[in-house]
Amino acid sequence: MSPATYILGIVAALLAIAAIVELMRRRTLRERHAVWWLVGGILALIIAVFPQTLTWAARLLGVVAPTNLVFFVAIGLLFLVSLQYGAELTRIEDKMRHLAEQSAYHDDRLRQLESAQDDAPGRAAGDAAGDGDEAR
Amino acid sequence: MADHGMRVSTAPVEFGDVPPAPSEVLVVVPALNESGSVAAVVRGIREAVPDALCLVIDDGSTDGTAEIARAAGARVLSLPFNLGVGGAMRTGFRFARDHGYRVVVQVDADGQHDPRDIARLVGRLGDADIVIGSRFAGGASYDVRGPRRWAMRVLAWAVGRLARRRLTDVTSGFKAAGPRAVALFAHTFPAEYLGDTVEALVIAARAGLQVEEVAVDMRERQAGRPSHHPVRATVYLLRAGIAFLLATLQPRVPIESASA
Repeated sequence: MSPATYILGIVAALLAIAAIVELMRRRTLRERHAVWWLVGGILALIIAVFPQTLTWAARLLGVVAPTNLVFFVAIGLLFLVSLQYGAELTRIEDKMRHLAEQSAYHDDRLRQLESAQDDAPGRAAGDAAGDGDEAR
Repeated sequence: MADHGMRVSTAPVEFGDVPPAPSEVLVVVPALNESGSVAAVVRGIREAVPDALCLVIDDGSTDGTAEIARAAGARVLSLPFNLGVGGAMRTGFRFARDHGYRVVVQVDADGQHDPRDIARLVGRLGDADIVIGSRFAGGASYDVRGPRRWAMRVLAWAVGRLARRRLTDVTSGFKAAGPRAVALFAHTFPAEYLGDTVEALVIAARAGLQVEEVAVDMRERQAGRPSHHPVRATVYLLRAGIAFLLATLQPRVPIESASA
């Protein structure tokens, strides 16, 4: 391995970690979503700095081509991240559904209150009813 | 969900033996862009069961279904966007629970169910917790052929085994739910695709609720058309099968105490 590729590996890993940390610092990415990305970034950095760890791990696990181990771990990480997103999406959909229900209940309750107010004697039939003013 | 881990009990609920008063019946009509038929459906329901409250769940319609239903005399809950029949029905069951309705009857907004059958369905609730208006039980004239019919048969057989009843039509949208079922469904009504039919029945059967069927006649749809495409039917069976399997894999939901 030439010094150039050695440096390239380290720089790429550092850039990835810097991007993750920066997003977390700006609170664009919450820690629990960043965990797997961070794990991946740190692994990449370790392998970039000490390439022999990769060969050592590959021999330990009986993987003939060390790069295959990299692909395997990378795919595994991506799989975990996607799974986590799927679960998160489901949770968010559930919350959204809840909000939609709440919105419908409140809409109905307002309507009931307004019509009760309109029906009350001694009150001007105000424009509070807002006919056709659908909440969409 | 906010009401996770609520106190639950599988014992029959206190008011189990008292027949429901007509004013305790909530007729829920999930409606998505049914402006062509919803008014007639609402009027039919109000005529057939004048003491019950007719609640239209407008599932994010964009064609004025809500206004038309309201003008026809229904109480309308407008969901801000489309949740599907399962989501709409769960909204209805929660409304029933929060407003003290002991019985919920689901009627489709396309006009294929005859509101005059509502009383028969509710009448059977003394012996059962859920009464399905079956299109295939004796005397019914509803005609479905081909793969879709087979899909329905397989599903009916599978759900019937769980419910320990011979069922003929588990995908019917015409159903009455008694107090125990209302308590259960207000707590957990599946909002996924086909959740309102197959999965809901599986959850109910596994919670120990009794499921019965009553034969009903189907009327021609007043608007819209049914889907009979073979590919669609196959996809439908596959998705229903997955829904069924997932429902049987889920943890049993005991019946929520009605006072909760």
